[in-house]
Amino acid sequence: MANQQLNSGNPRVDIEYRRKKNAEEMRYQLVSFALMIFLTLIAFSAVYIKGFTAWFTVPFIILLAVVQVIFQLYYFMHMSHKGHEAPSLFLYSGVLVGAVTILAFTTIIWW
Amino acid sequence: MSTYAQKKGFGATLWDFLTTVDHKKIAILYLIAGGFFFLVGGLEAVFIRIQLAVPNNDFVSAGLFNEIITMHGTTMIFLAAMPLVFAFMNAVMPLQIGARDVAFPFVNALGFWLFFFGGIFLNLSWFLGGAPDAGWTSYASLALHSKGHGVDFYILGLQISGIGTLIGGINFLVTIINMRAPGMTYMRMPLFTWTTFVTSALILFAFPPLTVGLVLMMFDRLFGANFFDPTLGGNTVIWEHLFWIFGHPEVYILILPAFGIFSEIFPIFSRKRLFGYSSMVFATVLIGFLGFMVWAHHMFTTGLGPVANAIFAVATMAIGVPTGIKIFNWLLTMWGGSVKFTTPMHWAMAFIPSFLAGGVTGVMLASAAADYQYHDTYFVVAHFHYVIVGGVVFAVFAGTHLYWPKMFGTMLNEVLGKITFWLFFIGFHLTFFIQHFLGLWGMPRRVFTYLPGQGFDAANMVSSIGAAFMGLGVIVMLYNIIITSVKNVKVGNDPWGDGRTLEWAIPSPPPFYNFKQLPLVRGLDAYWLEKMDGKKGMTPAEPLGDIHMPNSSFLPFMMAMGLFIAAFGAMYHVNDKAWALPVMIIGLLVTFGSMFLRSVKDDHGFHIHKEDLMDEEDKGVKA
Ligand code: HEM
Ligand SMILES: [Cu+2]
Repeated sequence: MANQQLNSGNPRVDIEYRRKKNAEEMRYQLVSFALMIFLTLIAFSAVYIKGFTAWFTVPFIILLAVVQVIFQLYYFMHMSHKGHEAPSLFLYSGVLVGAVTILAFTTIIWW
Repeated sequence: MSTYAQKKGFGATLWDFLTTVDHKKIAILYLIAGGFFFLVGGLEAVFIRIQLAVPNNDFVSAGLFNEIITMHGTTMIFLAAMPLVFAFMNAVMPLQIGARDVAFPFVNALGFWLFFFGGIFLNLSWFLGGAPDAGWTSYASLALHSKGHGVDFYILGLQISGIGTLIGGINFLVTIINMRAPGMTYMRMPLFTWTTFVTSALILFAFPPLTVGLVLMMFDRLFGANFFDPTLGGNTVIWEHLFWIFGHPEVYILILPAFGIFSEIFPIFSRKRLFGYSSMVFATVLIGFLGFMVWAHHMFTTGLGPVANAIFAVATMAIGVPTGIKIFNWLLTMWGGSVKFTTPMHWAMAFIPSFLAGGVTGVMLASAAADYQYHDTYFVVAHFHYVIVGGVVFAVFAGTHLYWPKMFGTMLNEVLGKITFWLFFIGFHLTFFIQHFLGLWGMPRRVFTYLPGQGFDAANMVSSIGAAFMGLGVIVMLYNIIITSVKNVKVGNDPWGDGRTLEWAIPSPPPFYNFKQLPLVRGLDAYWLEKMDGKKGMTPAEPLGDIHMPNSSFLPFMMAMGLFIAAFGAMYHVNDKAWALPVMIIGLLVTFGSMFLRSVKDDHGFHIHKEDLMDEEDKGVKA
């Protein structure tokens, strides 16, 4: 509430600054968008191209998926911006709790 | 405000509470509902102790005994301790951070009604063919073979009330992150707010595993799936893991707010700043974190293997460290303070040795090899009652006496409060201390009777007599509440005289908008700081202005009731009852219809105008 200063009093400065910021933001979004399409293509070709075993493709696709999630969070959902400390804290705690659970299930129940 | 409330008739008051979205009224609802379930669970406990008082007793049958212990545990954890803790969080936390309400008042009301309907659903099992009887942990190997609908009541009831708890926790998180008053940095938050914060985070991460477990169990029991049935390729141990991944954080969900309440009481009545504030915060966060790494200590004897057992044993023992930090900080808070022996302070001082005993037996149980001996004996029963009663229930009693004036504007009688304390304190140790030895002598838990001449007779009798003392203590407190409410002597802002945090800077009970102007917080113990500077109240951080308030709404009640109705349909669908499916559909329609209404109907709330706020101030001066 009180800690977010939206206006500096001088409307022109604000708008120009914002325009620049937005352009920069747009560039990042386009770049990561292109990257994500590229990664998706790689993922598809990894399955399509003969010669890779499942032991390679499955972990490889999962790795690409993780990279994409990170792109998604940071460039499209603005987690790279300031003021997202609390959401990232909770996201990472959640990931940690989930990971411990999966680790336990894979090591002591299923295999 | 109060005169206005008194003029209303009973119907109007009831409607007010059914539709309220005010955190202070929701707190009262939680207190009443949680208190009611506490009495129900207490009654069940008395039945258990009557049955076990003498060997070969037939006060209740074996089957009924199983139902009673299951419902006792489930009720006490989910329907008494949780909501009572939520009552104080709702009543106090927004005031402590200088907020006008929680972040989502509507969701707050919805959370309460979901809990309430879930609890009612669960307890209706008593009248509809028998209560659940597979223990509060409802292990799949028992639960899948339980006849009748008892366990279905457990699954569906807990699912509904669990959603309520989850959204309540999220609401508190958002509130604490976003709605702190100017100057209220994280490291100036009172410890009760901190523990509420960490508790809510635990709720956020711990309830989803329970939800998943309950859904799988629901599919197994109601829709013919086989997740937990080993004869058909399932695995019954998965339920145990899911349950305890939730269950161990759950016990910290209960104890952390209790720590918070005591961390308020010690400084207030020692009239001294909390010793080691930052280490207290650190310990709270660390306990929350470690709480997720230890669940398998409940499963040492399921055959996880020595490596897993060793890892979980060490992780479990590690929790003793931050807990120890806290114990020393509380002791050092009292050290050199000018201690006032009020009722809340009695509970707080008794809490330290009682809880400590529970922690010590916890570390004993955490040695995996030794646990093979203790597991499923009365030793475990003694352990968890020492931590839960000696920690959580003591805190609920302490908090009731401490915050009663803030919630209701009247002061509970101190003499009766101390009588309650002594009866309960003596009864508690009489009941549970001897159970350590019963366990070590070999009495298994969850047995409905035992034979004479095994050396258990006298100890069980002692234990049952202790339970009677606790019952008397509760009755004295109920009497105290009634006479206090009848006398209705109103008190001022800071009835204990030594309040340190923001809630004591405003009237008791606070006006519905809490703070006319948001306060400026200049440090830890904000109100105490101002008092030490010779000021009467907080310095405002904003000019007097219009206050935006949410409207009351009946929709939360409707949404929760819809699920309640649908649950009956889902349950009796198994018996091929013709009416079951329509009932389920109607229930879901009520819920989703109410959600739809909420989404399409704009409700912008209302404003209290500046002029009205000033008027009220004038009236206050005249009265
Ligand atoms: C130093 C802290 C603690 C340690 C090391 C500890 C350790 C343990 C262990 C190893 C068990 C399993 C015993 C068995 O089944 O054989 C256990 C059971 C239990 N503990 Fe704790 N505990 C601690 C604190 C707490 C707290 C704070 C609470 C609640 C507020 C709690 C509640 C329970 C409950 C309810 C059970 C029994 C669950 C059941 O089987 O029904 N414990 N504890
Ligand atoms: Cu545990």
